[in-house]
Amino acid sequence: MTEARVDSDPGSDNTLLVTFAGDWMLGTGLPGAKSVLRQLQKQVTPDTVSFDTERLGEWDTGLIIALLAIHREAAKKDIKIDEAGLPEGARRLLGLAFAVPEREGDRRHAKETGFLERVGDSALDFTTGARDLLRFVGELVLSLGRFMHGTATYLRSDLLFYIQEAGAQAFAIVSVISFLIGMIFAFVGVMQLNMFGAGIYTADLVAVAMIREMAPIMTAIIMAGRTGAAYAAQIGTMKVNEEIDALETLGMQPVDFLVTPRVIALVLMMPLLTMYASLMGILGGLAVGIVMLDISLIQYIAQTVNAVDLSSLFGGLFKSIVYGSLVALAGCQQGMACGKSALAVGQSTTRAVVMGIVLIVVSASVLTVIYINIGI
Amino acid sequence: MSDSTPQIVAQNLTLAYGDFVVQRNLNFDIGRGDIFIIMGGSGCGKSTLLKCMIGLKSPALGDVYYNGIPFWSSGPGQQDAMKRGFGTTFQAGALWSSMTLAENIGLALRQYTELSDADIRDVVAYKLMLVGLAGFEDYYPSEISGGMMKRAGLARAMALDPEILFFDEPSAGLDPISAKLLDDLILELRDSLGTTVVIVTHELASILNIGNNSVFLDPVTKTQLATGDPKDLRDNHENLVVRNFLQRGTAEMMT
Ligand SMILES: Nc1ncnc2c1ncn2[C@@H]1O[C@H](COP(=O)(O)OP(=O)(O)OP(=O)(O)O)[C@@H](O)[C@H]1O
Ligand SMILES: [Mg+2]
Repeated sequence: MTEARVDSDPGSDNTLLVTFAGDWMLGTGLPGAKSVLRQLQKQVTPDTVSFDTERLGEWDTGLIIALLAIHREAAKKDIKIDEAGLPEGARRLLGLAFAVPEREGDRRHAKETGFLERVGDSALDFTTGARDLLRFVGELVLSLGRFMHGTATYLRSDLLFYIQEAGAQAFAIVSVISFLIGMIFAFVGVMQLNMFGAGIYTADLVAVAMIREMAPIMTAIIMAGRTGAAYAAQIGTMKVNEEIDALETLGMQPVDFLVTPRVIALVLMMPLLTMYASLMGILGGLAVGIVMLDISLIQYIAQTVNAVDLSSLFGGLFKSIVYGSLVALAGCQQGMACGKSALAVGQSTTRAVVMGIVLIVVSASVLTVIYINIGI
Repeated sequence: MSDSTPQIVAQNLTLAYGDFVVQRNLNFDIGRGDIFIIMGGSGCGKSTLLKCMIGLKSPALGDVYYNGIPFWSSGPGQQDAMKRGFGTTFQAGALWSSMTLAENIGLALRQYTELSDADIRDVVAYKLMLVGLAGFEDYYPSEISGGMMKRAGLARAMALDPEILFFDEPSAGLDPISAKLLDDLILELRDSLGTTVVIVTHELASILNIGNNSVFLDPVTKTQLATGDPKDLRDNHENLVVRNFLQRGTAEMMT
């Protein structure tokens, strides 16, 4: 392999003779056409560029891009190109490159954006995002109205499938997590309360914490990662495949068909899962309690029953309904707002989970303050 | 074939993505029972025009009139009602991937007709037979080939016997025999049911065989160069670009 070289000599009668020598293969450290371009950019430009490729060895696209650069520069300066000296193949390939002229306005220029502009853009993005979310909530409410009236178009089998997916199939993970959370609470309770000889109150601690706060919030977070993400990915993929366009062209409302059944499924299943999660948490606490404390099973259960009242239970269930609707909303909204690429599906899935968790935590704080004030 | 008042009128349509104009000043009429071809080079905006006609993408300017009613100035309820008269296939198929072919085709029947489940199954089986997919009712879209998806998409578009069918490159990816059968099917739908068909296609053979009206979009000037019967345009249109397209690049300058 010989080293690639390019020289340009101003020849007679205002011609620039460009000599290519050596092997012009991509990826072998080519000199490029810079030296030639510099010649062309001089004050006194030649009329014609001609080529000498006597000593040119093997070549590939590496040579063609150098020639293209010379071509472009020459076109700008109205310099003629004499292709006679080029190898036959290179001439044909160049010809093909110019066969379909670039359309005006087609090329996009990567824009340089300044710091202030980016700050402004993200502020605007935030407001449009908020507006989109509000519009989506509005559409969802209208769609729920149609659902109640029985005028919404959806498949009953879809609804049942979503209920199964958001309900029965979430059992295992909810069981494990809640049982462990109950155990952790019980450990902490036993350690701290035993110091005052009040170990028996561990049962109260676990039961109240699970029913009022932990079961709703943990179930909701599990569902955000499980079902909310699934909703975003399912709807987002349909968007990419134009499946949603296909629904729209039939005169169907995609929200009725895709979003409302999913929201209803999750909102129906969340309280059930939460109740079940509370039970599992209490069982976890019970396991720890009767092993580590010096009390009987009956005592622990009696203590638990005393600690819980109906208002706590309903308070917790109400929270779970709120969290469930927020998780479903985040998942479906991100799915419907998904762009049309594989990357966009991933992004909207991530956003669905993040948005779901943020909404859960924010609404949990708000609800807790409200509950304290109305004395639940 | 077409009666005097056009069924579809495109008036002064300008199509754009953001500030990138794809096509401007499109004006054409489509009569009842026409087989209308949208043609032009790749990337000139044919699919975009089709999306505008079926109500997926609003035009930057202008409107599309269906039986004299402007689509884009109508309210959402009326738009939905108009859309129910359309059947559409997409360039990429766009079958609902979580449903079997039978469910794909049956969905519109289930929503908009009072047919019993057994009747729906019969209609679905018949539509699948029409596109050469008899017996594929219980396949999922991921289990059939690309050309079969195209044909299943056709069957779905025809499910409700719509007044107007919109096809985006229905024969791309089909073998010559299937493509010919498709042409026959389109002609038959027009002759027996009086369906108006709007097709985006590059197949010169079908353009000339079945089309009786067309619009030619040009990517360079970004507007229509011609509208009318494709056979007429091939022989007599004054613009060389149009004749070249329809004669596979062999047109001579007119003297
Ligand atoms: N979503 C979009 N956003 C921005 N530009 C788009 C978008 N979709 C298409 N375009 C642009 O619009 C132009 C027309 O695209 P369109 O899909 O309508 O072409 P077409 O005529 O159907 O081509 P083909 O025959 O290859 O299917 C193209 O130049 C394309 O770059
Ligand atoms: Mg297209």
